[in-house]
Amino acid sequence: METRPRSFYILAAFFTLFLIFLYGPTITIAILSFQDPQGGLTFPMRGTSLHWFRDLFEEQAVGDIWGSFRRSFILGLMVMVTTVIVSIMGGLAFRKRFAGSTLLFYLIITSLVIPSILISLGVGLIFSQAGLSVHWSTSGFGAQLSWTLPFGLLIMFAVFNRFDKSYEEAARDLGASPWQTIRHVVLPIIAPSLIGVALFGFTLSYDEFARTLLTAGSYNTLPLEIFGMTTNVTTPVIFALGTLTTLFSFIVIAVFLLIVWLTGRRRAKQGSDAGKGLV
Amino acid sequence: MTDQPLSKIISRPRSPSRGRGGWSNQVSGWLLAAPLAAVLLVFLVLPIVMIVIVSFWGATEFSIFPAFQFDNYTFLFGSEVTYRVFLNTIKYALITWIFTLLIGFTVAYFLAFHVRTLNWQIALFLLCTIPFWTSNIIRMISWIPFLGRNGLANSTLLSWGVIDQPLEWLLFSDFSVILAFVHLYTLFMVVPIFNTMMRIDKSLIEAAVDAGASGWQTLWHVIIPLTKPGIMIGTIFVVTLVMGDFITVRFMSGSQSANVGRLISNDIALLQYPSASATAVILLITVLMVIGILLRFVDIRKEL
Repeated sequence: METRPRSFYILAAFFTLFLIFLYGPTITIAILSFQDPQGGLTFPMRGTSLHWFRDLFEEQAVGDIWGSFRRSFILGLMVMVTTVIVSIMGGLAFRKRFAGSTLLFYLIITSLVIPSILISLGVGLIFSQAGLSVHWSTSGFGAQLSWTLPFGLLIMFAVFNRFDKSYEEAARDLGASPWQTIRHVVLPIIAPSLIGVALFGFTLSYDEFARTLLTAGSYNTLPLEIFGMTTNVTTPVIFALGTLTTLFSFIVIAVFLLIVWLTGRRRAKQGSDAGKGLV
Repeated sequence: MTDQPLSKIISRPRSPSRGRGGWSNQVSGWLLAAPLAAVLLVFLVLPIVMIVIVSFWGATEFSIFPAFQFDNYTFLFGSEVTYRVFLNTIKYALITWIFTLLIGFTVAYFLAFHVRTLNWQIALFLLCTIPFWTSNIIRMISWIPFLGRNGLANSTLLSWGVIDQPLEWLLFSDFSVILAFVHLYTLFMVVPIFNTMMRIDKSLIEAAVDAGASGWQTLWHVIIPLTKPGIMIGTIFVVTLVMGDFITVRFMSGSQSANVGRLISNDIALLQYPSASATAVILLITVLMVIGILLRFVDIRKEL
């Protein structure tokens, strides 16, 4: 192996610093969440304890954390399933170049770049003027979809731009119906990307703040609850909560990545051996 | 094997849906796009329309009423605060853009051209993107132990003797706002730039080197021009996210600095929806104008 140029080591050092910058603060609050009951929001650690984690499990101490976690979790699953299904359908639709597809494409881009507070304000106004009350599972759900769907569709566009159409033609030539072609040929091929879409759908919803702010109603989601805490909680209990919910996010990400890896391995095992046989 | 006669397979009529742009293609396209269109209509188009309508309404202290008056806009454009806040917003966007671009480009360049195996590239790339899937609010809170008056930064600098007194401007200042923006949004630069770089034909770089270009010349005349689409997409993300933000500025500046998003959220908190809507309309127009300019440099559909 040829020796690496000096620029490699400089850039590697820069990259390492970037990772420290990226993860350092999160690691710091993870450490500080084990702060002694007498300790404050900053170092030094006066001792280690599980006091602040225990605090989280006591109902009165810090509002309705577990209720908001439950709502965020359910909402995340709702948004995830909807995002996956609507993104697949949308991705398939855009391969057909139907009239109005350009307009719809620009709407997707607009949905991505529009300041989130506009969605929050607009949806809130519509619901109040229509005499409906906002609720996380209706107005909050829709407002979050306006954020997750563009990501799902961008992934689908990227996937279908690289999709080899000859697989579908082969299926059709063998007599598969359009539905069979999608079910047995297209979906299995794009499955890993769909897991990616699901990951975006769940995590973006689970962490979404700005678009949910005016659309969640009187029952908070977890990010809203945490933000509420920042204004009136001045103890490390907020670090304990931050550590737990970040840990939860990491677990979710790990599970999704594991599924992608496993499907990839299974596919490699069961894949065709065409071209590898006797020559 | 008992195959069908070849002639029978070949002569099988093609299904009408196979023709591109055919009528049945149109219908199935519309049907497949219907759920997406419905969501965007109800939760994107209608909210914008509603905001535009309400921006002409009037408000009392407790309620809003339908009207068609330009009071909100007159007030907005007549107030010196508006211009200052818009200028501040653009300042945040510009500074954040410069830092995220420099850091994001360097990181992507390292990953794409200096990391040699694909597995390492994927692993390190994932390390860069994982924070994107965690909570922004928690990531903002995480800066408190670092930047606070008694935080890590101050106590380290004190113990090194660099400063005699804790620095006051580390937290709750423009500095901390921009630091948080860079922290939150650099990966929006890394991802598209890395994506574009990975598609650069490596033989172009070899050609440049063979033709006697130095490392910097290759970077400046070959890699940067070819990476431009990725840079533009990253720029669109970062600029729009910063311009539309209200929570980072509020939290990281300790409510001491303002941007347009905060102007809107303050009006909302006071139930002044019409004036919030007018500000929102102007913000939207500003953002769309910026995007419009940036889109002249890149065809997004081609880059996916």
